[in-house]
Amino acid sequence: MSVFTITGGKTRSANAGTVRRLLRNSGGKFGLLVVLVLVVLFVFGPQLAPFGSAQQDIASRLQGPSFKHLLGTDHLGRDLLSRLIVGVRIELLVAIPSVLGALVLGLLLGLPAGYFGGAVDAAIVVILDALHALPTVVLALTLLALLGNSLGNVIFVMAISLAPSFARVARASVFSVRHSAYVEAERFLGASNGRILLLHILPNIIPPLLLLVAMSLPTAIAVETGLSFLGLGVRPPTPSWGVILADGFARVRTAPWAVLWTCLALAITTLGCTLLGETLRDILDPKRIGDQQ
Amino acid sequence: MMIYLGKRLGMIAAVLLILMVFLGGLIHLVPGDPVKIIMGPLASDSFAASVRSEMGLDKPIAIQMLDFIFGAVHGDLGKDFVSHRPVTVMIGGVLPHTMILAVTGLGLAILIGLPLGVYSAVHANSAIDKAIASVSITLITLPPYVAGLLLLLTFAVTLAWLPALGAGNFSAPLDYAARLILPSLALALGWIGYLARLTRASMLEILGANYVRTARSFGLSDTRIHYLYALRSAVIPVVAVLGVGLGHLLGGAIFIEVIFGRQGLGTLFYDAIATRNFPVIRGVAVVVATLFVVTNLLADLSYRLLDPRIRVEAKT
Repeated sequence: MSVFTITGGKTRSANAGTVRRLLRNSGGKFGLLVVLVLVVLFVFGPQLAPFGSAQQDIASRLQGPSFKHLLGTDHLGRDLLSRLIVGVRIELLVAIPSVLGALVLGLLLGLPAGYFGGAVDAAIVVILDALHALPTVVLALTLLALLGNSLGNVIFVMAISLAPSFARVARASVFSVRHSAYVEAERFLGASNGRILLLHILPNIIPPLLLLVAMSLPTAIAVETGLSFLGLGVRPPTPSWGVILADGFARVRTAPWAVLWTCLALAITTLGCTLLGETLRDILDPKRIGDQQ
Repeated sequence: MMIYLGKRLGMIAAVLLILMVFLGGLIHLVPGDPVKIIMGPLASDSFAASVRSEMGLDKPIAIQMLDFIFGAVHGDLGKDFVSHRPVTVMIGGVLPHTMILAVTGLGLAILIGLPLGVYSAVHANSAIDKAIASVSITLITLPPYVAGLLLLLTFAVTLAWLPALGAGNFSAPLDYAARLILPSLALALGWIGYLARLTRASMLEILGANYVRTARSFGLSDTRIHYLYALRSAVIPVVAVLGVGLGHLLGGAIFIEVIFGRQGLGTLFYDAIATRNFPVIRGVAVVVATLFVVTNLLADLSYRLLDPRIRVEAKT
């Protein structure tokens, strides 16, 4: 969080203030709790899970919740709770690189568009509009259908699908600083465009982009799970939430538990991440502080 | 206005052109023989050759792209290489089902979301306002397929109130409508939350405006002020968002149609992906993108008609 503060000396107090204000907001509290649980499950998931995620017990297949299997079992008798817990790591291992990839792609398009303006800007904006005309899922599915669905391709395709929003924010941010005094001074001193962009403009537009990274994570998780649910993302037997959902959906009439738990896990995750992101935005964006009070 | 319209139409043409070049050339971005990629390595050489010539893949890439764009502009999106039916005919056959689903979803979102937002704004900071806010953010973050699956579990599997599978047939309108309820609600849920939030925010802004205060000081009733004056201005940003909404709904519709087993653009796309039927995939993508830019333009134009301020700005 320290990246959002400006000067070194004030970092600690500003951070303490941010956390305090986050905890005063009930949505922020819930979001922080959800994200902390996700982090713990990401790091210690396989150790915390009561069973192995691939451990089969055909005799007790498709069971409802019991003391042995708190959330029940799937069609191969695998413990659903354990699979959902281990799935957190897979979700984040796909979602985080996808969003970071989108950030890099977005910067590659947004920086020159905002900085040079004119024809460069117009060309990049048309490309962005063209990508934007396809809903994220349609674009991702079209690309995956051709590339084939390896884990690397899923990440690559999701990065492309999420990149336009990063490019837009980067472009708008560069626009707002490109004629500011410190940039003009650098230019006057003869600095190259590359130097100005990377050393002077980039550090100043990072905060809104990092916020977008945080706010895009729930989207990335939802899209990845959706792709796996349709059979084009992570493939079985890897216990990604989308795979668990697809397995459960095939037997939803006889054993609804897998679908129910996965849906709840997804709903809580996306809600928590979004609430944390929105609360952070309200706290950190000085322009928005007014409407909060 | 005409200049603006011309500019917008030019932009739309450019966007669709780039997209078609992208989709036309996409198959060549992947290393290896495109036909083998589409058909899989087990396809026989003679079948591969027939697909290659049918899709025009034996011609130079630039010619292929031009062929595709020229065809698309004239309403020809190529042929399905499995059934040999024209892609436009296949899309035309299922498009009504998807459009009915999307429009019903959007209609439900407006019917439920708008009043919720108005109520929230009029009773700002009340307990109900806070409850609506919590429900809204929960609905907004709910992925459409999660909404669809939860509705399916509750109302079709557990309670068995509504049919779960299929879109039904136009010859049985009542049955068709019954089968439309759950899928369209699943699509609408996120937008209900979003519209409630948006309407609340823009209503609150307007309720604080000078002309509303003047109306109030003239002794106009609250109901009249809220619904006749404030709501009319508050719907303007909502209209702008609805244009983008239809495009997003089409993305969500893929999941909803697969979950509820409805025929439509989404299931056509899904089945085409499962069989790697590239002409169909590409055709659906072009149609979805065209629908998106056209609805966006329509929303933009009606936004201008509704808000005189923008019209004035455009003239000056």
